[in-house]
Amino acid sequence: MPDQPVGPILEMRGITKGFFGVPVLQDVDIDVRPGEVHAILGENGAGKSTLMKILAGAHQPDAGTMVLDGQEVRFGHPIEAQNAGVSIIYQEFTLLRDRTVAQNIYLGREPHRGPFVDTAAMERATDELLRSLNVEAAIRPNRAVRSLSIAQQQTVEIAKALSFKSKVLVMDEPTAALSPREVAALFDLVRLLRERGVAILYISHRLREIFDIAQRVTVLKDGRRVGTLDVAATTSRDLVKMMVGRDLDHYFPPHAAPADVGEARLAVRGGGVSGLLHDIHIEVRRGEILGIGGLAGSGRTELAQALFGVRPFDQGEVEVDGKSVRVRSARQAVRRRMGFVTEDRKIEGLVLPLSVRNNSLLALRSLGSFLRRGSGGIPVAELLRTLELRGAGLEREVRFLSGGNQQKVVLAKWLACEAQILIFDEPTRGIDVGAKAGIHDLMRQLARNGAAILMISSELPELIGMSDRIIVLRNGTVAGELPAGSAESDIMFLATGEQDVAGAA
Amino acid sequence: MTAPQAVMPSGLGARLTSLRSSVAANNAAPIYLVLLVVFLVAWLVVSIAGGHFLTLDNLTSMLVRSVALGIVAAGQTVVILAGSLDLSVAYLISVSALVSSLIMNGDPNRMVPGVLAVLGIGVLVGLTNGVIVTKLRVNAFIATLGVGLILRGLLNAGFDNFAGKVAPQFEVFGYGSIGPLPVSVIVLAVAMLGVWFLLRSTRFGHHVYAVGGNEETARLSGVRSHRVIIGAHIVCSVTAVLTGLFLVARIRAGAPWIGPDGGYDLESIAAVVVGGTALAGGRGGVWGTLAGVLILAIIDNAFNALQFNSFVKDVVRGVIIVAAVAIYAQRERRAGR
Repeated sequence: MPDQPVGPILEMRGITKGFFGVPVLQDVDIDVRPGEVHAILGENGAGKSTLMKILAGAHQPDAGTMVLDGQEVRFGHPIEAQNAGVSIIYQEFTLLRDRTVAQNIYLGREPHRGPFVDTAAMERATDELLRSLNVEAAIRPNRAVRSLSIAQQQTVEIAKALSFKSKVLVMDEPTAALSPREVAALFDLVRLLRERGVAILYISHRLREIFDIAQRVTVLKDGRRVGTLDVAATTSRDLVKMMVGRDLDHYFPPHAAPADVGEARLAVRGGGVSGLLHDIHIEVRRGEILGIGGLAGSGRTELAQALFGVRPFDQGEVEVDGKSVRVRSARQAVRRRMGFVTEDRKIEGLVLPLSVRNNSLLALRSLGSFLRRGSGGIPVAELLRTLELRGAGLEREVRFLSGGNQQKVVLAKWLACEAQILIFDEPTRGIDVGAKAGIHDLMRQLARNGAAILMISSELPELIGMSDRIIVLRNGTVAGELPAGSAESDIMFLATGEQDVAGAA
Repeated sequence: MTAPQAVMPSGLGARLTSLRSSVAANNAAPIYLVLLVVFLVAWLVVSIAGGHFLTLDNLTSMLVRSVALGIVAAGQTVVILAGSLDLSVAYLISVSALVSSLIMNGDPNRMVPGVLAVLGIGVLVGLTNGVIVTKLRVNAFIATLGVGLILRGLLNAGFDNFAGKVAPQFEVFGYGSIGPLPVSVIVLAVAMLGVWFLLRSTRFGHHVYAVGGNEETARLSGVRSHRVIIGAHIVCSVTAVLTGLFLVARIRAGAPWIGPDGGYDLESIAAVVVGGTALAGGRGGVWGTLAGVLILAIIDNAFNALQFNSFVKDVVRGVIIVAAVAIYAQRERRAGR
């Protein structure tokens, strides 16, 4: 920049980090200036969060340097980073719900006289902080955090960060859970901080916000920096291209032929869950894989949970095989021959200390088929053979299995119940590349055998490679439908609501 | 920390607001309503049956009966707020009663050494509990159960009934009164106020709530969570020792069955949770616990006056404990939305 008035307050150079030999960040450079909002953009898994955790002292980099205010720094603990003036506001807040605003802000460093907390001083200092953010009317220092709204809690987090005299503030997807009005209030706050010379690193994948609030944007992809641009000199189309433009280096099984797709096995008309989903119209047909895309918080997982009765629809109608049904619990869903391969298989999919056999029979036994105890009647071994579960005996505890094999056991659980409608939420998360193809082949094979499959995925290549149709969710409802093999940018535009930009460009 | 120096001349209004919010945060308000209802029902039922309930004698006797449980329950509140719990208190109460009685052996000059010795034992037991829970990462339930069993083994190895004798002057603790107020009730009040002040106004107290609420958050904020948990265990053990001293002053000699016969381990935990403190820690306070103790004492008293068989009493106590916690769970669920 020719007329840049100030140099960066923070520079990260050549940051490299891997977990268990898998590179997550490679040679990433980023800097931020006082009074600047620098957005970091990238898909899930691009390395945004890891980069910020390194900055905040929660992870140590394998290589690279950080220079804060002209001095090289290295943070071994989040407290060190905070004391140096680097604070991070995570998506999941770290406030104590049962304590007051003041107690939260000054936790661990309460103003005190001897062993006694000087509550008056603490609340006065808190009040000053809140005043400086112009929120002293809405948030009182002695209010319990549990009584505050999400947006107010976020403001408390910001006030806490400021109480450390933060020079650099990292905000991780701060608008994910806010209403439009709250977003506007947050942006006012961000501008206020800018004016005071705070440098802000702003993680988001909502393109519009970046144009509203940021001066520069850095795009990360697969752990590398694609580029850093001035926001004023770029378009959302450019950014999307930078985010997603990559080679499809993964093999996917062929899509369903039109003749393979039959009648609707599962249909939702006008489905809604108050506060989460509304006006959901979808159909999943025999023999097809319906992909569900959308950003985090768009209602993907909530849709799966509603279908499976975990948090059931309170509006609309659900039909299974043409018959109107009510699915009010997971048990009822299982009885309707539905299966749910959840996002977190270790918590929701498997009982880790139980054997492969017992996990495979978990759902079936809960339906009361105790008479067929053991594997008598149910050919578990054969089932697992068709799933190509190799290298693990039936009696092995599933916690010792690889991610791919664990996923196959989850699948076996539903196949043992002869599930015909299968919901996959992030089917290959945490599974290595080789095993991914195996899971994908299995899914396609199940569809070919007549199952109706609904697959949620935040990995665009998987969504495009696997889905026969793609439905994109935004803000709790269907934003649009795309055919098989659509472009990544089409999905992103639907997911972010930036169609106009796409059409205009 | 650069705390602002001047003391704010906070007005009465601000104080009231602060008091109100701290009562709300303690979640103790509704339990006093329950206490009132239990009190009125007990009064009504006992009166109809021709017994005496609302007499000074009976009320005093009820309070005195609350002292033993009340003191140890105050300590139990602290340790539960920190996210731990203590099942060893019953046997520590016996140890305290027995050892002080043995050391005094009727000699007034050995009163102070006797009391100091058992307080020392209390600190040591609390330290042991806390270290096992934090450093050895043993679940508090198992850790304190184990320590309790060890104490029981030591007690039973040496004693099967009364041993030693307290100094006559020491009995003031159990029977004396200042004006109309029994000394023991004053001691209970001091213990409750002390724990209340500890939790409300000291950094240790604030950190107890933080560690119990979310140990990771507390740790990442620079709180040394292990020290806090160990400290909470020491406070709890010291209150158990005080309860032991009170009981031995009443009974006049120590015996190994004093603590376990009173069921002070589970009773104290029950009083704490009935009082609205979350068993998982982080939320609650000592005033709720006081209400819990009084509710249990009223039920005791009423059933004694009615000379009903004790099975019914246990059923009523069980129902109240479960109902109280169920109501808190519902409130929590609604508040969580």
